[in-house]
This record gives sequence, structure tokens and C-alpha cells, in this order.
Amino acid sequence: MAVTEQHGGVIAKARRAAARVAAVVCAVAVFSSAVHAGVLPEERADVLFHSYDGGGVTIQGPSLLVRKQFAENFSASANYYVDRVTSASIDVVSTASPYTEERTQYSVGFDYLHDGWLLNLGFTTSEENDYTAETFSVGISQDFFGDLTTLSLGYSVGSDEVRRRGDATFRADVDRRQYRLGLSQILTRSLLLGFSFETITDEGYLNNPYRSVRYVDDESALGFSWESEVYPRTRTSDAAAIRLRYYLPYRAAVHAEYRAYTDSWDIGADTFEIGYTHPLEGGWTLEARVRSYSQTAASFYRDLFPRREFQNFMARDKELSTFDSTSLRLGASYDVLRAGWRFVERGTLNIAYDRITFDYADFRDVTRGGAPGEEPSYRFSADVVQLYMSFWF
Amino acid sequence: MSTGITKLRGRRQAAFALRAAALGCAAALPLLSGCAIEPWVKPYERDRIADPIMSWDRDPVSSAYMHHVYEAREGARGATGSAGGGCGCN
Repeated sequence: MAVTEQHGGVIAKARRAAARVAAVVCAVAVFSSAVHAGVLPEERADVLFHSYDGGGVTIQGPSLLVRKQFAENFSASANYYVDRVTSASIDVVSTASPYTEERTQYSVGFDYLHDGWLLNLGFTTSEENDYTAETFSVGISQDFFGDLTTLSLGYSVGSDEVRRRGDATFRADVDRRQYRLGLSQILTRSLLLGFSFETITDEGYLNNPYRSVRYVDDESALGFSWESEVYPRTRTSDAAAIRLRYYLPYRAAVHAEYRAYTDSWDIGADTFEIGYTHPLEGGWTLEARVRSYSQTAASFYRDLFPRREFQNFMARDKELSTFDSTSLRLGASYDVLRAGWRFVERGTLNIAYDRITFDYADFRDVTRGGAPGEEPSYRFSADVVQLYMSFWF
Repeated sequence: MSTGITKLRGRRQAAFALRAAALGCAAALPLLSGCAIEPWVKPYERDRIADPIMSWDRDPVSSAYMHHVYEAREGARGATGSAGGGCGCN
């Protein structure tokens, strides 16, 4: 399908997020699943199908991860990930027409174990027809105090190119740096503690070339009109998280997490999560999780500006507004091939379902009518399904 | 107005720094205490910690995907990964 219309917030934010998540993919999917800094990551393969459906947006695609050890001290991994997007989100239907598009991401990673130190290197590239992102990551981790403590440090540098369909002359760049510190601590025989801190800096063209803000316009029949959004060219954020995981006496686990966030755009956010994992007889493992997220708006965000070109920086992305979000997850995993099969030691079949609700405080649904600035606040729910198989060898 | 925004930003950053410091101290206290004494959980006592249900990230492909879902729709970002495990089982 031809893609000529204005972009929605989700995929626009998603592609910027993808660039940052590239480092997360390196750090989480490729590297940090190492249970212990003194050993290489386990050899495994994962095949996942993901589906997101909410707010007029559907995103589906596969993700494949393979990780293999070789030469005793080395491990290599590769990840292939696709987002196929069909969007008729509130942003799109307010100012343009639905669209479809696809994003493809490749990641490779290498681990080297030497004298208890685990060194990680990673590279991720993400490609769309109007956006390219590349990220290099490096990390190191080491155990201390009788292997009770694992300390990790990580650094990523990314470079994006932003383009605009229908405008061959438009090209803009974004540079990113990410600095990570992680600590994992065994507190007791049954209790683990984790701490993470991450600073991210962006510089360049940070807004979306297709997106608009609205302003009061008495000349318009609707009472408002649209103009292009303008973001600052720099952003620096800090996030700190603490996690606890506890083994219950009857072989089950509970976990709790809190993350604090702030950035130079004045967004502040709190994230809470609790979860429960319960293995059953016969190879089943069940999981339930609740996550709560709330944030304050960016200083330059407004649902409706008083007039055209009201200030230097203006945004009306709902992702930068004040809102609350709640997620509920239910998951199940079933062990297969418990006796092994050829080179496969074991495998699991997994399904996970997340229901996410978003309630916006100062982002109004202009499709429902009303006086400008007095439309009902926007809210929506999303269903996220993951089906995946994992094999260890 | 800009002075007000600057003050507000300063208060938020100070509050964040306080919370981050508190989280860091909470995480570091056991570490510091570990300097002075022998490891208080012996390798042969780590069977529970080594159980797969205690893994910080049992399904890395799935968790990376969910990080992506959240980060695309939320203003916050970062500090989503764990530091690795610290199982000490091997």
C-alpha cells in the first residue's frame, strides 16, 4: 500500500524508540540474560510471533534469536525482528489517512569471557523506508564477594537518519549516547536484589517530520488549525530502577520493581510492577504480572496552543502528555522435549497476553467533537499477544 | 515564567536524584556489608537462586519486545535491563 500520509504517534515514536531499544536488545536480549558474569550466556534459540492491537493500530511480526558458544571463551548471537504496522490511530485519523509500513531490525552480539570478566559487543541496525538507525554497544561485567554480587557497565552510541516521504531533499540526523550501570546482589538464599541506572542523551532532529500541533484559530470552522510540531534538539534523561525477586517456600517466585525517571524536557515518571511465577506439575509454568505507569507532561506539550507559533518548542504527541497506564499480564509456559532430542536439550512453548490501558489527562479526542479544548479526554486499551518457542542446546 | 519552569525542573531533578540515591543506597548496603565478611550464602546454598523461575530475564526475546512496546508509547526510557544475575552456581 502506498504510504504518503501523515504518521501516527506510535510508529513515529516506535522508530526512535527502536533506535534506543537497539541497545536494550543488545543489553537484554543478547547479553544480560547471562545468569552469571563468570559464565557465557546459555546456548538457545527463540522464535517469537508478536501482535499488538489497540487504539486503531495493529503491529505484528516475528522475532528470532540464536545464541551459540564457540572456542570455549566466546559466544555469538543474532536477532532478527520485524514490525508490520497498520495504523489508523487517533493521531492519524485526526489529521490524515491510515497507512501501513514495515520496520526490520538486525542485531549481532559477541561475548568474550576472560578471567571472570565478561565483555560484550553488539551492533544493531533498523531500517524503514524513511528512517535508518544504527547502534553500537559495549558492556563489561564482573562478579565480586564470592559471586554474590554482579556489577555491569555498558555504553552505546547510536546514529539515526531521518527522512521524509515525498521530500527527497529532507535529511536529518540524530546522535545518541547511553550509559548503563547495573548491580545484581544475592541477599539471602531466597532473595535477589537488582539495581539499574541509565543516562541517555539525544542530539539532533528529535521530532517527527509528519506530526502537527493544534492551535486556536477563529478563522477555522472547527475553531482550531494545525501546524508542524517543533521539538528541542537535545534531550537528556536519567532512569533508576530497583528490583527484588523472592523464592517462596513452595517453589514459586514473586518479584517487585520500581523505576524513577526524569528528563530535560520535564517529563517525570514512576513505574511499579509486581509479579508472580508458579510452576505446576507436568511441566507447566504460569505467570501473572501487574504494571502501573504514570508520567507528567513535557514542558512544551499542550493539547491546544493559544495561537499559531505560540512558542519556540511545541508538541502534541500524546506520549509527551500527562497520563496513566496499567498493564495486566497472564502467561503460560509448557516444557517440551524434556528428555532431549538430538542436539536439543529441552524446549518450551509459551504464550503471554498483556492488556494495557491508557488514560490521558490532557490529550483530547478531537474526533468526538466539542468546543476546542473541551473535547473528552482520550483513552484506549491495547491487547498484546506473544507466542514463542524456546530451545536450549 | 522561565524562572518558574527552571525552579520546577530543579525541584524535579532534585527529587529524582534523591530517589535514585535512595535506590542506589538500598542496593549498595548489602554490597558494602559484603566487604567485611565472608559470602553469607554459600555456593551449595544457592539452589533456589539457581532455579529458572528466579531468573531476572527468563525469556529475553519476549522481554525485549515488551520494553519496545512500552518505550514506544511512554515518555520514560532506560533502566529496563537487569545487571545479569549473580547466581554464583557454577
